Amino acid sequence: MKRLLPIAIASILSACAGQTVPTTPEEKPQSLTVYSGRSEELVGPILEAFEKKSGIDLKIKYADTAELASTILEEKDGSPADLFLAQDAGALGALQKEGLFEKLPAPITSRVPAKFRSASDSWVGVTGRARVLVYNTQRQKASDMPRSVLELTQAQYKGKVGWAPTNGSFQSFVTALRKVKGESVARQWLEGMKANGTKSYEKNSAIVKAVGAGEIEIGLVNHYYLVEIKKEDPSIKAANHFFEGDVGGLVNVSGAGVLKSSKKTQAALKLLEYLISDEAQEKFANAEFEYPVVETVQASSELPALDTLSQPDVDLSDLDDLKGTLELLQEVGLL
Amino acid sequence: MSFSRKSDSSREHIPVALAASGVIVAGLTVIPIVYLVLRGVEMGSAGIADVLTSDATRLVLRTLSLGFAVTVSSVTLGVGAAWLTSRTDLPRRKFWAVLLSLPLVVPSYLAGFVFIAALGPRGALQKWLEPFGVAELPSIYGFQGAWLVLTLITYPYVMVTVRAALMGLDPSLEEAAATLGDSGRARALRIVLPQLRPSIMAGALLVMLYVLHDFGAVSLMRYDTFTRAIYTSYQGSFDRGRAALLSLVLVTIALLVVSLGARSGRRTSYHRVHSGSRKAPYYECLGRWKIPAVLACTVIAVLSVALPLAVCSYWMVVALRAGALDVSSPFAAGWGSFLASGTGTALCLIAAFPLALLTARYRGIVPTLAGRAVFSSYALPGVVVALSLVFFGTRAAPWMYQTVGMLAFAYLLLFLPQAVGAIRASLVQVNPSIFEAALTLGRSRTAAIGTVVLPLARPGLVGGAALVFLTIMKELPATLILAPPGFSTLATRVWGATAAASFGAAAVPAVLLLLLSAVPLGAMMALESRGEAGRSSARRGIL
Repeated sequence: MKRLLPIAIASILSACAGQTVPTTPEEKPQSLTVYSGRSEELVGPILEAFEKKSGIDLKIKYADTAELASTILEEKDGSPADLFLAQDAGALGALQKEGLFEKLPAPITSRVPAKFRSASDSWVGVTGRARVLVYNTQRQKASDMPRSVLELTQAQYKGKVGWAPTNGSFQSFVTALRKVKGESVARQWLEGMKANGTKSYEKNSAIVKAVGAGEIEIGLVNHYYLVEIKKEDPSIKAANHFFEGDVGGLVNVSGAGVLKSSKKTQAALKLLEYLISDEAQEKFANAEFEYPVVETVQASSELPALDTLSQPDVDLSDLDDLKGTLELLQEVGLL
Repeated sequence: MSFSRKSDSSREHIPVALAASGVIVAGLTVIPIVYLVLRGVEMGSAGIADVLTSDATRLVLRTLSLGFAVTVSSVTLGVGAAWLTSRTDLPRRKFWAVLLSLPLVVPSYLAGFVFIAALGPRGALQKWLEPFGVAELPSIYGFQGAWLVLTLITYPYVMVTVRAALMGLDPSLEEAAATLGDSGRARALRIVLPQLRPSIMAGALLVMLYVLHDFGAVSLMRYDTFTRAIYTSYQGSFDRGRAALLSLVLVTIALLVVSLGARSGRRTSYHRVHSGSRKAPYYECLGRWKIPAVLACTVIAVLSVALPLAVCSYWMVVALRAGALDVSSPFAAGWGSFLASGTGTALCLIAAFPLALLTARYRGIVPTLAGRAVFSSYALPGVVVALSLVFFGTRAAPWMYQTVGMLAFAYLLLFLPQAVGAIRASLVQVNPSIFEAALTLGRSRTAAIGTVVLPLARPGLVGGAALVFLTIMKELPATLILAPPGFSTLATRVWGATAAASFGAAAVPAVLLLLLSAVPLGAMMALESRGEAGRSSARRGIL
């Protein structure tokens, strides 16, 4: 037993050592490590296309955006990641604040409009997604959908609406609401929604499921969840309602940045360049129905044009703003 | 079997090697605590006071009430299922034993989605009842939903541990009681139940602490507990300080629960004292209770195994019809699951055996502290343990960071108590005089442990291995953070697909997870039956 223990541990460790990522010199990297907070279902095919095109092998860690951001914050300089692909601007802002991102060169930043990238060129948006109301088509008519998200506090929606207060995109929307309409309107609206029996869910996918089942009739979510569900279940009784020029239809970005700790900066930039290339942007637009962030690619014809949606001048990666939102949500009793 | 005080072994000198390996293993398991203190201190006294007064007090009651409720119901189901499948003439006992252990591998977030889909206010059940005028079922969200889901996926922890103990019980006491005219029920209550106390306590502790660290079920059922608050801290604001403080409170609660549990399981010994070898257990004749017993097993199996399978199959069929399903992808993930679970289980067993031996055989400050320390990480949410290893891994062992080895080490921190509990429950049934006899006959301590104690503790080793293996199969947060990039398991595939709202794509690896898990369970049952073959039918309700 005494002698067996170290031998057994050593043999396990050596068996696993083969799994480590080999470090290759900067000149000709064979592989890149990507931390992806966006799920494999959504970005896998596009990353595969990059591998084929570039000959660079991608080692991808798929996990939750916030947990990956926390992981990188703990890893600091020791991070094995070369590129971080995040679901929302808040997570990118957290890494930016700690100075963990490489400053991006002009050829990359100039392709993305200023409103979709970091002010300090730490990261760029990769896709845009609109906040929408998903509604049950058997119980609600398109014509009954409100013009503004603020109307959801009315009696006709009592007990019929669902939201996800812990979700990053929802919190971004509340930040925008505070900035655009002011603190007191935001607080009143949140309290009004709560008083109107709005039901909390853990995440967007759970809301869309609940709307489809008729458990609730309207949900505040990002637009592409319904698109995903419809691929598997075209008969789902639900549709998206887009807001025109209302803060309820805020466009959030998913984005990416290259880590300062990376020893393969050039290859990582190449990948980022690919993600905002016309080829990849078209894939995001037509296969996943997300909004392209570059002006040379059009959004899917099934979506309303990007310029009809609300894009208030709010820096969604500003963590201090996010902190104010979290405090407000806590005070109202939603967190 | 005697209820004598355990004074004989408590005065015994603890072998240095055993004490040392126990202390080392226990020391490793408190690594996350060091990290949490480092992060918590950064909050400053004002921040600490704020978190402790505003959040912690609110969450303590909610978390503990759910924990106790789930523990009580899991112990009831688990003990019942263990007894029926090991000590009665229930038809197809082995089949039921495998089937009823299966919920162990249902990840709690999958169970959450499944129960909402089936029993939610407007779920499948409501659709069937609609013709009878049921417009909406009572809400599943909140305490009741979390309680139901957690009970159905945690009772096997009690079942597996208690079953191992039942198989190792000395039947001679029961035989004696029967000769003295005791009825079956009297024997069960007065002879069997008291002897099961250590294993019931071990199983109950595993359940209680599982509830403390669960995130999937409580979040989908929207019931606020410590774990959910910890996740929310990371989610919204990347607030690692607040998460650390809440985690420390959670560990404190867990250790209090552990000491309370330890206090009640003490004072008696549970091994047989007569000479001769282990006998086959005594089988109860169910008689007119046979049909109700089969019905009860069926109801549990339908809720905890058939329902998840049915809902997953439904999602799969819907997606297949739409032509949106790729069924080939989960096979690499299946291999990943086996590799991760196998390595993790091996490491856990190696580390658990000396600890189990130490705490089962000896008394004193070293065994007590080591026995408690292993529970400290077990109550922590996976994400917290994972981040502590990110912190230390990148700084102290970068060569090992994000390898399967590191992942296995995380599993060790997370699940060691499951192995220790099961092995310990078997070891307390081994009479120390057998070990001493081996020493007297000239065996070295190591040889005596290897040739005498290990084989006698086989039910516990096998049960512990199965528990850990199956729990790792469904582990999610630590796997996501610590696995090598590009490495996926069935659990991570299920999670990734549900996060993208692709429920059909989630169903394929979920079903595969259930099917693959039946393999180690079946193997466990086969191992178990080797010893009792041919003896079982002979002693059914004679005497």
